[in-house]
Amino acid sequence: MLIESGSVGAHAKIGITLTINGERREIEVAPWTTLLDLLRERLDLTGTKKGCDHGQCGACTVLVDGTRINSCLALAVMKDGAEITTVEGLAGLAQKHGTNTLHPLQEAFIEHDAFQCGYCTPGQLCSSVGLLNEGHARSREEIREAMSGNLCRCGAYTNIVDAIEEVMHQGAAR
Amino acid sequence: MNRFDYVRADTVADAIKALGGDPNARFIAGGTNLVDLMKYNVEKPGRLVDITRLPLKSIEEHAGGLRIGALVSNADLAYDERIQARYPLLASAILAGASAQLRNAASTGGNLNQRTRCYYFYDEGTPCNKREPGSGCPAIGGVNRIHAILGASESCIATNPSDMCVALAALEATVQVSGPEGDRAIAFADYHRLPGDDPSKDNTIKPGEIVVSVDLPPTDYGQHHTYLKLRDRLSYAFALVSVAAALELDGQTVKTARLALGGVAHKPWRNLEAEALLQGKSATRESFKAAADLVLREAKPQSENGFKIELARRAIVRGLEQAAAGTPQSQSDKRIQ
Ligand SMILES: Cc1cc2nc3c(=O)[nH]c(=O)nc-3n(C[C@H](O)[C@H](O)[C@H](O)COP(=O)(O)OP(=O)(O)OC[C@H]3O[C@@H](n4cnc5c(N)ncnc54)[C@H](O)[C@@H]3O)c2cc1C
Ligand code: SF4
Ligand code: FES
Ligand code: FES
Repeated sequence: MLIESGSVGAHAKIGITLTINGERREIEVAPWTTLLDLLRERLDLTGTKKGCDHGQCGACTVLVDGTRINSCLALAVMKDGAEITTVEGLAGLAQKHGTNTLHPLQEAFIEHDAFQCGYCTPGQLCSSVGLLNEGHARSREEIREAMSGNLCRCGAYTNIVDAIEEVMHQGAAR
Repeated sequence: MNRFDYVRADTVADAIKALGGDPNARFIAGGTNLVDLMKYNVEKPGRLVDITRLPLKSIEEHAGGLRIGALVSNADLAYDERIQARYPLLASAILAGASAQLRNAASTGGNLNQRTRCYYFYDEGTPCNKREPGSGCPAIGGVNRIHAILGASESCIATNPSDMCVALAALEATVQVSGPEGDRAIAFADYHRLPGDDPSKDNTIKPGEIVVSVDLPPTDYGQHHTYLKLRDRLSYAFALVSVAAALELDGQTVKTARLALGGVAHKPWRNLEAEALLQGKSATRESFKAAADLVLREAKPQSENGFKIELARRAIVRGLEQAAAGTPQSQSDKRIQ
């Protein structure tokens, strides 16, 4: 058995290591803490948003080892050892690849007016970075379908697809 | 969410031991169904056994087919080249479900064991025979637009929500499980069950058992297949009715047919009689209509879902036509040809 919380006292907290936006952190978490609540409530990384808390809206999308997931349905303790990238880390991700102060997708979102209130935007951005990492979507229709896990109540969908399409055609993944 | 102990297992044997036959302990994989249900207090496990580090993440050649590890993610499975080439029906069904984020997190074993989306099941403020045996079924005569038209009982009319499982039923997969009493293989048709008078059980896995793999037999359904999913929104919504259809054709004659429906029953619905009826018939709309009539002969509507019977009839015919023409439904271009 790798870890057993019950063996050190009922419902004990568990020490985990996460690399969040490039910074390695050792954190004690209660097993029922979701990754979303850990980021927002404990680490003050409030860029990641809570919309529905049930996997139905995509506002909480983050990258875990480069893969996009809904952080509201992930238990933080289960991600022990992982690299997490949130919207706060996207610019850093871009700089690491020697580009710009903002991630190309962030620039494209501004360029294309791909948001109104902005609440869904961190999730849309992380999701679109994940989409480019995956490399399965090619056409506009495929982008739309691959982004269907991110709802936008303001209805900025068309511009979001424009932004992603542009960056995709620049071949600027990551 | 309730408080619970957390155990992280690194071998299958450890995981089974850690669950220890405790009816209040649960395996957790992607967490996309279990964590959701825990937030609604529908699931209140005393212990979670994290199985995400078990060595069950590969897809391997097996007996002429493929063996899918229980922890292969829904996304990795759908995009695997061998699955796309040899079992495109399965790839398509998976991509018709949930969202990219959820498919990245969700596992094969978790998808098989996901619970119904019946509104009352999710609402601890209402009775529900599945959640609390003997408390009643408010869906009967209540809000039941998404509920079953086939195989329901007087105690439960819920449906199984999985898309992946509809394709696995059509492909006659086998579920390999391991438990305190050893290993056993369960034919896919026997994995999920009808509600009968005990709707608390969705499937036939025994307490303490873990799904280790899903095996796909060799098939000849690479060319003529489709997964047609009909729902209230074009994406990111559960099926009202879905059809997995696969044909082996000899010219215009049906050699063998597979047909499974989702969204209509407590388990992926297959009707072997209807499949047999198609055998040797020409692949025409008339034959497909006759098969659809047979599948739906015993369909029973609830107060709000009578439309599903006609929807299913048309979906079966259209699905078989798509399969016959070798033009499977695209899961990104949603126009139905
Ligand atoms: C908003 C939303 C929309 C969705 N839309 C769709 C859809 O359109 N179509 C669709 O098919 N699905 C859909 N899903 C459901 C999704 O496919 C399932 O949640 C997912 O497949 C479950 O897998 P998991 O690994 O996350 O399971 P978990 O949540 O980890 O586990 C689910 C259950 O399976 C058990 N379990 C897990 N692994 C094993 C194992 N190896 N052996 C024995 N028991 C095991 C757990 O104990 C638990 O009871 C949707 C989900 C959400 C939240
Ligand atoms: S249909 Fe089944 S799951 Fe829904 S309320 Fe009735 S018993 Fe519960
Ligand atoms: S907050 Fe996670 S999907 Fe809505
Ligand atoms: S910009 Fe307001 S919800 Fe998307």
